[in-house]
Amino acid sequence: MSTTDNTSTPVAGPDGAADEATDEATDEATAEQTADRAAEEAATALSTAPREDTTGPAAAGVLGMLRWTWHQLTSMRVALILLLLLSLGSIPGSLVPQSNVDELKVAQWKDTHETWVPLFEKLQLFDVYSSVWFSAIYILLFVSLIGCIVPRTWKFVGELRGRPVRTPKRLDRMPAYAVWRTEAEPEAVLAAARQVLKGSRFRHDLTGDSVTGEKGYLREAGNLIFHIALIVMLVAFAAGQLYKSEGGKLVVRGTGFSNTMTQYDDFRSGSLFKRDDLPPFSFTLDRFDATYERTGPQKGTPRTFAAQVTYSKGAFGTPQKASIEVNKPLDIDGSKVYLIGHGYAPIVSVTDPRGKVIFKEAVPVLPIDSNITSTGAIKVTDGYRDKSGKQEQLGFNAFFVPTFAGVGKGQMFSQFPALDFPVLALSAYHGSLGVDSGLPQNVYRLNKDKMQEFKDKDGQLFKQRLLPGESMTLPNGAGTVKFEGVERWASFQISQQPGNGLALAGAVAAVLGLAGSLFIQRRRVWVRARRGADGTTLVEMAGLGRSESARLPEELAGLAAALSTEAPIAPEPEPDAAEAGTEAPASPAHAEGERG
Amino acid sequence: MTPLAVAANENLAHISNVLVYSSMAVYTLAFFAHIAEWVFGSRSKVGRTAAALTGAAAAAAPAVQVRGKGGTTAVLDRPQVVTRAGAGSRDLPDGPGAAGGTEKGDLYGRIAVSLTALGFLVEAGGVVTRAMSVQRAPWGNMYEFSITFSTVAVGAYLVLLAAKKNVRWMGLILVTTVLLDLGVATTWLYTDSDQLVPALHSYWLWIHVSTAIICGAVFYIGAAGTLLYLFRDSYESKLEQGGQPGRFATSVLERLPSSASLDKFAYRINAAVFPLWTFTIIAGAIWAGDAWGRYWGWDPKEVWSFVTWVAYACYLHARATAGWKGRKAAYLALFAFACWIWNYYGVNILLNGKHSYAGV
Ligand code: HEM
Repeated sequence: MSTTDNTSTPVAGPDGAADEATDEATDEATAEQTADRAAEEAATALSTAPREDTTGPAAAGVLGMLRWTWHQLTSMRVALILLLLLSLGSIPGSLVPQSNVDELKVAQWKDTHETWVPLFEKLQLFDVYSSVWFSAIYILLFVSLIGCIVPRTWKFVGELRGRPVRTPKRLDRMPAYAVWRTEAEPEAVLAAARQVLKGSRFRHDLTGDSVTGEKGYLREAGNLIFHIALIVMLVAFAAGQLYKSEGGKLVVRGTGFSNTMTQYDDFRSGSLFKRDDLPPFSFTLDRFDATYERTGPQKGTPRTFAAQVTYSKGAFGTPQKASIEVNKPLDIDGSKVYLIGHGYAPIVSVTDPRGKVIFKEAVPVLPIDSNITSTGAIKVTDGYRDKSGKQEQLGFNAFFVPTFAGVGKGQMFSQFPALDFPVLALSAYHGSLGVDSGLPQNVYRLNKDKMQEFKDKDGQLFKQRLLPGESMTLPNGAGTVKFEGVERWASFQISQQPGNGLALAGAVAAVLGLAGSLFIQRRRVWVRARRGADGTTLVEMAGLGRSESARLPEELAGLAAALSTEAPIAPEPEPDAAEAGTEAPASPAHAEGERG
Repeated sequence: MTPLAVAANENLAHISNVLVYSSMAVYTLAFFAHIAEWVFGSRSKVGRTAAALTGAAAAAAPAVQVRGKGGTTAVLDRPQVVTRAGAGSRDLPDGPGAAGGTEKGDLYGRIAVSLTALGFLVEAGGVVTRAMSVQRAPWGNMYEFSITFSTVAVGAYLVLLAAKKNVRWMGLILVTTVLLDLGVATTWLYTDSDQLVPALHSYWLWIHVSTAIICGAVFYIGAAGTLLYLFRDSYESKLEQGGQPGRFATSVLERLPSSASLDKFAYRINAAVFPLWTFTIIAGAIWAGDAWGRYWGWDPKEVWSFVTWVAYACYLHARATAGWKGRKAAYLALFAFACWIWNYYGVNILLNGKHSYAGV
C-alpha cells in the first residue's frame, strides 16, 4: 500500500480505496493486513497497558539483565501468571486445616495423617497464608503492580495533557465507518463536526482536513484507581496485622471486665502493638438472653442471643447501657466488643466440717455440644480444713446439663440448650490443686497429680448428681457441697484493628474504579472532509473503541446523523462521475453482506 | 409466635412447595418445546458458516469500501454505518438460532420462551411465599439459595430477551440446568421453612447474599456462553482448515451465534458482574467483621470467594493480553465459574467452616 498522501491526485474516494483499486490483487491482502495491524495498534493505544516485550534478555550485561527482568515482571503476561498462581495457591488453605484458624483441627488432622505431616510441614501447608511461597507470590504481584501503575499513570497524564492522536490515513478500515457526499464546504463540515463532538463531550482537535475526537478517559482513570486501591488495601491489611490486638474474656452475669492486659483470658497482638494502646474502659454483664427453637426438626437451634451490659469509657466515665448481639458489636473508643459464646455457671457452695461456708461461687463450665452439655472444674483453694484441722484444697470435676433427659436414659447428655431441667454431677477430690506451682493452669480442668479421690462406701470415686437446691455430704464428714442455682456467662472478644477505615476506603475506591473501568468505553471518532473530483465534499467518519464495544457503531451513527443535518447528503452524482471514481458502486446493504 | 401464626406460616410454606414443584412441571414443558425447536430447526439446510468461510477465498478482493456513491445512498437521509470485525477475528455471521429459520421451529421456540416466562413467574411466587412463611429473606439455607438462584438466572435471561439481545440460543441449556438445580434442591437440599440462627440476623444478609446470588446466576449465563464459544470456535477452525465436522455438530453449531459473538457476549456478561462480585466479597467481609470480630479469616468460604475473584480477574487480564485472548481466556473463565460452583456446593457440603448453618 502506498504511503504517499493522495490528496493532490484527483480521486473521488478516500485515498486508501483509490490505492486499492489501482494495486494488484496480491497487494490487496498485504494492504488489508497492514490496515488490520494499524487498527489493532490504534486500539491498543486506547489503553495504557504495557506492551508485550518478547525479546530475550539483551546482551548488555548485568544492567541489561536487570532491566529485562523488570520488564518481564511488569508485563501483563507475568501479572497474569502471578494472578493465576495466587488463586491456585490459596486453594490448599481451604482443604488442609490452618493453625491460625483452628489449632485443634490441625492437631486432629496430624493424628490421622501421620505420614504426610513432615512433607506438609515442610511445605507450610498448615500456615498457607503466611507461608514463604504464598507471601512470595503476592509480594511479586504487588511489585509488578507498582511497576505497572507508575508508568501507566505517567502515560495517562501525558495523554490527558497532549492532543488526541492524528487521524489514520484509511478511515474505512476502522471498525465503524460512514461516508457520504455533501454540497457543504469542507471547512464548514469540519467546523460543524467540532460542534457535534463538543456537544457529545468529546475531547476534539482539528488537524488539516480532519477532526479527531476522543472520549471515555474515565475508563483508564478508573482502572488506575482500582489498581492503586488494591495497594491501599494491602497496606491497610498489613497495618492492621502489625498493630492489632485481640483478646477473649469470659464474664459471668453480674461481674465485669476492665480493659487491661491482666484481665484477659487470652490475648494476641501484632508485633508493633504496645500495652498503652489499650483504651481504658470497663463493662458489667447485667443480663444474658438466649432463645432456642422449641419444636420441629431444628429443635435446639439458637434463635436470639443478646448480652445487656453497662459500660463506661475511660477510668471514670459515666455508665451507659448497651446490648451486644451476635451481629452487633459494641464500639468503645475504637475497640470492638463482640459476643462470641455463652454458657452456664452453676453456683456451688462448700461448707467445711465445722459448718462454715468457705466457698460460694458461680463457676463457669464450658459447653461441649450444641445442647450445652458442659464440663468444668470447681477449685476450693483457700480456707478449707479437714475434720482433723489439716489445711487442704478441694477439687471437683463438674459435668452440667441444662436439660436432663431423666434417670436411666443412658449417659448424662443435655437434650436442649435452655435451662429446663438442670442437673449438676460432681466427683470429689482433695489434696493439693497445684495452683501454687507457678505453672499456668487451665481453670476448667483439674490437675489430679497431687489429689486423692474421696471414696464412697464401695471404695469407688465419690460422685453424685444434684438438682438445684440439693446438697451432697462428702464422705467421712469432710463437709457438704450445695448446688445453689445456675448463673449464665457470656464470652466476649475485644479487638482493636487500626487500618480498618483505610481498608474500607480502599475497597470502596476499588469497586468504583472497577465500575468505571469496566462500564466506560474509551473510544475515538474521526471526521475527515475534503473536496472530491466532482466538486462536492466527501465526508468520512470512523470510530474505534477497545475491541468489546457494541455501542460504537450506534454512537457513530448518531454523530453522523447529527453532522448530516449541517452537511446534508448530496443527491446522487452522475453515473459517469461514479465511473471516474474507479469504483464499482456498492450499497451499504451490499457492504453488510460482505461482512456477513 | 401464636399457634395461629404458626399455622398460617405452615400454610404458606406448603404453598411455596407446591409452586416450586409446579414451576418444575412448567420448565419441563419448556424443555420439550425447546427440543422440538431444535429438531424442527435441524431440517433447514443453511450451511452459512461453511459458505462464508470457504467463500472467503473467492471474495478475498472485495474491498470496495467506498459506499455512498450512487446506488441506494442517494435515497437515504442519514449516513449508513458500516462495521467490521476487530482485527484478527473471523468475520462470520451469527447462526439463525435453534429454529434454523424454520417456521415450525420458531413456533416451538416461542412456546418454549413463553413457558419459561410462566415457569419463572411460578417459581418466583414460590420464593416469595417461602420468604413470607419465614418472614425474612428467603436465603437461610441451601434449598432456599438454590430456588432463588435459578429464579434469578431465568430472570436475567428473560431481561436479556426483553432487551432484544440475541440470547434465545441458550434457552435449552438454561432450562436444563434450572431443572437440574431444582431437582437437586427439592430432593437433597430440602429444609423445612424455619427461623435463622442469630449469626444470620443482619441486614447484611439481604445485601451480601442477594448480590452473591445475582452474581452466581449471571456468571452462570456467562459460562454458558463461554462453553458454547469453545465448541463453536473449534467448529469454525475445523472448517477453516478444510475439515468436515460431524453432521450433528454441524447441525447444532451452525445455528449458534458466531464464535466472535459468543466470546464477546460472555466477556460482557462476566465483566458486567465482576464489580458486583467484588462488592459482594467486600460486603461479606464487613459482615464477618461485625459477626465474628474479624473481616477476613481465610475460612473455606472466604478462600473460595477469593479464588473465584482472582480467577475472574485473571480472565479479564487474559482478554487484554496478547497470546491469551480467545480459547485460553475462555478456559480461565470456565475455571473461575467452576470455583464459584464449588464454593457453593462443595464448600457448603464437604468443608465445614464458620459458614455452615442449620440444615446445610
Ligand atoms: C493485584 C492483582 C491484580 C488484580 C486483582 C487486577 C485486576 C484487574 C481487573 C479486574 C482488570 C479489569 C479491568 C478492565 O478490564 O478494565 C484489570 C485490568 C488491567 N490490569 Fe490488573 N490486576 C492486578 C494486577 C495487575 C498488574 C500487576 C498489572 C501490570 C502488569 C495489571 C495491569 C492491568 C492492565 C494494564 C489492565 C487494563 C487492561 C485493559 O486495558 O483492558 N494489573 N486488572
